[in-house]
Amino acid sequence: MSTGTTKLDVVVSDVVPVNDLVTRFHFRRRDGELLPTFSGGAHVVVEMRDGGRTRLNPYSLMGSPLDTSEYTISVRRDDVGRGGSLFMHRNVRPGLEMVISYPVNLFSLDLRAKKHLMLAGGIGITPFMAQTAQLAAEGGNFELHYTCRTASLGTYADVLRERYDRRIRLYHDDREERIELDRLLSTQPLGTHLYVCGPAGMINWVRDRAAALGWPPETVHFEHFAAPQPGLPFDVTLAVSGKTIRVDEQQSLLEAIEAAGVDPPYLCRGGVCGQCETNVISHDGKFIHNDHWLSEEDHRSGCKIMPCVSRFEGKSLVLER
Amino acid sequence: MGITFRKETFRDDFTFRNSPEHIRRFPFPFHEDAYMYAVNIEPHVVGPKGSVLENLIDVDEHYVAEMQDRALVLAEDPLRCQSLPHMTLAGWDLLELLMEQQSLGYPEHFTLTRDGDRWRWINRPLGIDDTFTFGDTSTLPYGPMEYITRQSQGDFCILDQRDGNLWMDAGMVTTQADWSLDFDIGMNFFEWHAPVPLAHEKGIFIRALKFLTNIQQGKPARRLNWTMTVNPRLDTSPENYHKWGPDRATVTPENVGDKVHLRVELQSFWRLPRSNGIVFPIRCYLIKMDELLTQPKWARRLHRVIRDLPDELANYKGLTRYRPTLVEWLSKLDDGSATSPGFGPD
Ligand code: FES
Repeated sequence: MSTGTTKLDVVVSDVVPVNDLVTRFHFRRRDGELLPTFSGGAHVVVEMRDGGRTRLNPYSLMGSPLDTSEYTISVRRDDVGRGGSLFMHRNVRPGLEMVISYPVNLFSLDLRAKKHLMLAGGIGITPFMAQTAQLAAEGGNFELHYTCRTASLGTYADVLRERYDRRIRLYHDDREERIELDRLLSTQPLGTHLYVCGPAGMINWVRDRAAALGWPPETVHFEHFAAPQPGLPFDVTLAVSGKTIRVDEQQSLLEAIEAAGVDPPYLCRGGVCGQCETNVISHDGKFIHNDHWLSEEDHRSGCKIMPCVSRFEGKSLVLER
Repeated sequence: MGITFRKETFRDDFTFRNSPEHIRRFPFPFHEDAYMYAVNIEPHVVGPKGSVLENLIDVDEHYVAEMQDRALVLAEDPLRCQSLPHMTLAGWDLLELLMEQQSLGYPEHFTLTRDGDRWRWINRPLGIDDTFTFGDTSTLPYGPMEYITRQSQGDFCILDQRDGNLWMDAGMVTTQADWSLDFDIGMNFFEWHAPVPLAHEKGIFIRALKFLTNIQQGKPARRLNWTMTVNPRLDTSPENYHKWGPDRATVTPENVGDKVHLRVELQSFWRLPRSNGIVFPIRCYLIKMDELLTQPKWARRLHRVIRDLPDELANYKGLTRYRPTLVEWLSKLDDGSATSPGFGPD
């Protein structure tokens, strides 16, 4: 089968600054048709033509799944990141024609839940914008706890408060407000599902406490906002396609493979979906596994790597691609 | 234009037949003179005009008769259609998919008009003209899945995706080859595949599950599967084994051509957009040996396939009892000449 996702030709219909760090982008289909229906928690991969280089970044859809006349995403500017969010903030203007993927959902609501308890940190709020809209339309039971640095960086906190009132609780770091997690987790009705999206530290904290308090793992859902980490450049040989390529500091291994004209599969580009898994044929050096897909044992074995987020330091690396 | 729907039965007097055009479009599943079990999945894209792949959801001359047979099965056994409470949204997804595809492929027979949430569905072959509110179950005579699958050929399994697995949590299953929704409902992928022999190695199943959980919206996939059935019975369920099981003992050299049917399932796999579930439509095509022999290539090839089938597989497919009779009969149609590559007739 061909790899990657089906593409959509869109035009940027609006660009709206939300606060000092976050900007919202609106996309419509170039042919004027409706966009595909999606489900709360889905993301699209946005293709950015940045000079000679193509960047592909995943962003959660934050509009209501009931309205497919446009898609909206919110991008937090990362001044020390690899440049995708900066490109969005600096170069993307209304009228620009872009290509995005069909929606993919790796952070789906469990529709069996009697209640949906949502915890968001910072820009991790975006998938919950769509999920709360979906649940509210069906009369679903949800409660959202949202932590942000300051009130002015509480992206969409006002919108959410206005829409859902007391179902939204806000916590501001600068006022030293913190989610009383243990109390929250131990007072939920049976049949509650927990969803968390935010920085890795927050996700780990919530997952650990939930496990310690006896939440079954299948009721705990999380989405990492794991952007590929920069690192030292390294060389890779691709055995099947017979190419030797260099992975730059700011480039992910997956991006370098794509730049070499090989079309590897992917869905999330964040180390969680498993789609880009690649066999290691030989290596002399050490892996920096940043993914959440492979088991510890896989990591130790040195036989597999997830090129979307993981890196390598050492003398030689040969992959089956 | 339009399809001429046949009046026929899949039980009692078994008047099911394929017209000559339908024989030629039969999805013959063997592309070479031998059969090997394989995960033969490919993208479900539109195929040649006149083939069963001309549209992504195929409607053919058996449509009306199949829908009548389904209604009879459901009247006797309502458990052939089940949907766990959290699957209603997926049912709406399926309703949209089938209404869209059927009206797109067969505008002379089906029309879908939408005005926001107010939808009107006209199904001319079955004489239905309903207006309803999309998403509001109280505006339809059945739940959304049951409503639309009483009007769509083939079985439908709707799977919920969670915890990295797929769960058979809804379905309309009345034309199955010996399995039961009532038994499998609520099971996950590994549980409902537990009885398959020869493909034992768990590896195949892990790979298949991985593939299926990665099925993307806008990119459906498909595969063909096959078995054989004595008499053109659509409903060969375990619940009804007492009816169709004994048929296998009735095959004689005289009636092979009329009684023995090749049964091909076209399975497709689609991601559903609102629920993020997956649906497998399993479309069943039947052809009797007398019809098959009108395409000499198919008859020659089927002889070689059935003759050389490993015993375990023949057993699994339930052919053991009548295989010698069938092979003997088919051998007379095999002059030993080479068969051309590919599925199609010559
Ligand atoms: S693309 Fe999802 S894990 Fe790499």
